[in-house]
Amino acid sequence: MTWSWEVFFEVIPIIFKGMWITVGLTIVCYLFAAIFGFFWLFMDRIPFKPANWLFKWIAEFIRSTPPLVQLFFIYYAWPMVPVIGVSLNPFSAAVLGLGIHFSTYLSEVYRSGIESVEKGQWEAATALNLSTSQKWFKVILPQAIPPTIPMLGNYLIIMFKEVPLASTIGVVAMLHLANDYGAQYYKYVEPLTVVAIFFLILSYPSALLIKKLEDKYNRRFDKKYVTES
Amino acid sequence: MGTITEIALVLLKGIKVTLIVLVFSIILSTLIALIAGLSRSSSNLLLNKFTGFYVEIFRGTSLIVQLFWFSYALPGLFNIHLGSDIWAGVLAISLNYGAYMSEIVRGSIAAVAPGQTEASVALNMSKFQRMRHVILPQAVRMMLPEYGNYLIQILKATSLVSLIGLMDILYYGDIYRSTHLSDAPIVYILVLVFYFILALPLIAFTRKMESVSKKGVAQA
Amino acid sequence: MGEPIAKYRDVHKSFGEVEVLKGIDLDIGSAEKVALIGPSGSGKTTIIRLLMTLENPTMGTIEVNGKNLWHMESKNGLVPANEKYLREVRGDIGMVFQHFNLFPHMTILENCMTAPINVKKESKESARKRSLEMLEKVGLADKVDLYPNQLSGGQKQRVAMARALVMRPKIMLFDEVTSALDPELVGEVLEVIRDIAEEGEMAMVLVTHEMDFALDIADRVLFLNDGVIEADGPPSEIIENPKSERLKDFLSRFTSSNGNHA
Repeated sequence: MTWSWEVFFEVIPIIFKGMWITVGLTIVCYLFAAIFGFFWLFMDRIPFKPANWLFKWIAEFIRSTPPLVQLFFIYYAWPMVPVIGVSLNPFSAAVLGLGIHFSTYLSEVYRSGIESVEKGQWEAATALNLSTSQKWFKVILPQAIPPTIPMLGNYLIIMFKEVPLASTIGVVAMLHLANDYGAQYYKYVEPLTVVAIFFLILSYPSALLIKKLEDKYNRRFDKKYVTES
Repeated sequence: MGTITEIALVLLKGIKVTLIVLVFSIILSTLIALIAGLSRSSSNLLLNKFTGFYVEIFRGTSLIVQLFWFSYALPGLFNIHLGSDIWAGVLAISLNYGAYMSEIVRGSIAAVAPGQTEASVALNMSKFQRMRHVILPQAVRMMLPEYGNYLIQILKATSLVSLIGLMDILYYGDIYRSTHLSDAPIVYILVLVFYFILALPLIAFTRKMESVSKKGVAQA
Repeated sequence: MGEPIAKYRDVHKSFGEVEVLKGIDLDIGSAEKVALIGPSGSGKTTIIRLLMTLENPTMGTIEVNGKNLWHMESKNGLVPANEKYLREVRGDIGMVFQHFNLFPHMTILENCMTAPINVKKESKESARKRSLEMLEKVGLADKVDLYPNQLSGGQKQRVAMARALVMRPKIMLFDEVTSALDPELVGEVLEVIRDIAEEGEMAMVLVTHEMDFALDIADRVLFLNDGVIEADGPPSEIIENPKSERLKDFLSRFTSSNGNHA
């Protein structure tokens, strides 16, 4: 098996079709993770210690075990669970599996954003006699959100690179198409290289963009700025 | 219906491969991260750019794609046979995480306060001595918590090698599931529990390092 | 006073567009104690950072102990200095910093011992002996096994001085060594500098805002303003009988707070 430019150019349009599924799946998974991330935050605020402890360890469990296995669990095992089990199509299973996995990371990002607001800000807001919702929306969130934006962007890119896991449960995206082509013609080099190139083309500029955002917010929110203000 | 013990015993057969891949990947990726991180901190432009290229390529593409590439494409293309697929797996994981971790090495070196370099210049240390005695010992402390987090990522990543046919925990789980379809929930829960047990020492390490890392460091 | 230990000839230094030093000519005698005073931004600190090779001059030459700092002799005349040459020249210079810059991962004793052992290749025992002597001199013999973060600012600065002294520099630079200290800790640090100065043989350059102190220990005071040396003479002349308006104006800001010299 040697490198063939002919095959290379032949597979580009085939893989390209899968790119939209990859991008689409990334976006849907991410939105799911972003929303579900708040779930962990709320569980953390239940005024019942054992519940906090339980959910903390569930999140830790999900975070420290392979997303691939979680995907298999949702796709293969969930339908077998008595009573509550349902069969999911590959796409929904991927959204659920990767979404829940990454929600445990995003909740940490939210938490760090909230914790980054100094205690003095809460005290000042209380001193000004603001209501709870005013405290959150006028004082805390406007300061907590901007520094998390680069981190949130980073997780979007990380997730994009984890999405090909979905090909293992049959989501027909880039990697799946490449493996199909490989199996059919016994040519793996070119399609896999094309997939890698597509990933690079999409993720590298995004990473540069995030870096820019990061520098911008670091300038605005650097430590000096915070202590002086 | 298989019992939990029966399934656990099946999964146990895969633990050896998982551990081999884990340990070798940790060693190799740490070495790569140190070398690449130091190269990226170096003033040698050629070395710096070349390492930067490696880092961007491996961070920019996906680990699972790299794994397939090393396992299917590399042998055909260059007639390189890594002997066994274990090495394809270890190499892909190490090059991928080596690239990520080199960024924390570089970042930590850059985060050591510039006054530390100035003081070591004033004490007439050579470039190498400054790095060896002053900068690196502090940078290593700073990078430990994130390093711990990456070790957990590496453990999770080892499960991918089942996709290229290595007989790790997940591989045995999949085999068992394919013949005992209704046991799937127990099988995968057990697989997850196995991984979690392996992750526990790494989680403990990370927590410990979070408290250690703040001591003995002058941060910029 | 013999051959000067440091010579500046028409030294300029710019940071980007800003020219911080605009032509400095200066000889420092081999045992001279020089105080550098002047408003902030006048280039005082830059003068000593250039000598420590932490910055390189945009133009001009600096010699230390007869050796050019940034250029070395070769068959093709003067060429830019390499690392090896720089380290040879630096061996004569020591520096104490405003923010101490102690190594936080080493004990007090290790802070002092690391350079003699690694740079000068001294034996552990002799490095240890010399370090303990110097720590005794700065009054910290009982703290040798502590880490820097367990010390007060004044104690840290005394360690920093001991660490520099261990290397037996021919010229020692002090960069606003008391400005980062709480007022009540300034005295102990100045006391140590005074002791070092009284021993005599080493040249010292102090960037300082402590006018009384400069008056007391310096042989010579330089007033720096806007990148040039505006006044140069013994302290009795510069601090007690300032001639230029700008110097008077500068000194008056200190009189108002201390109220003890005209």
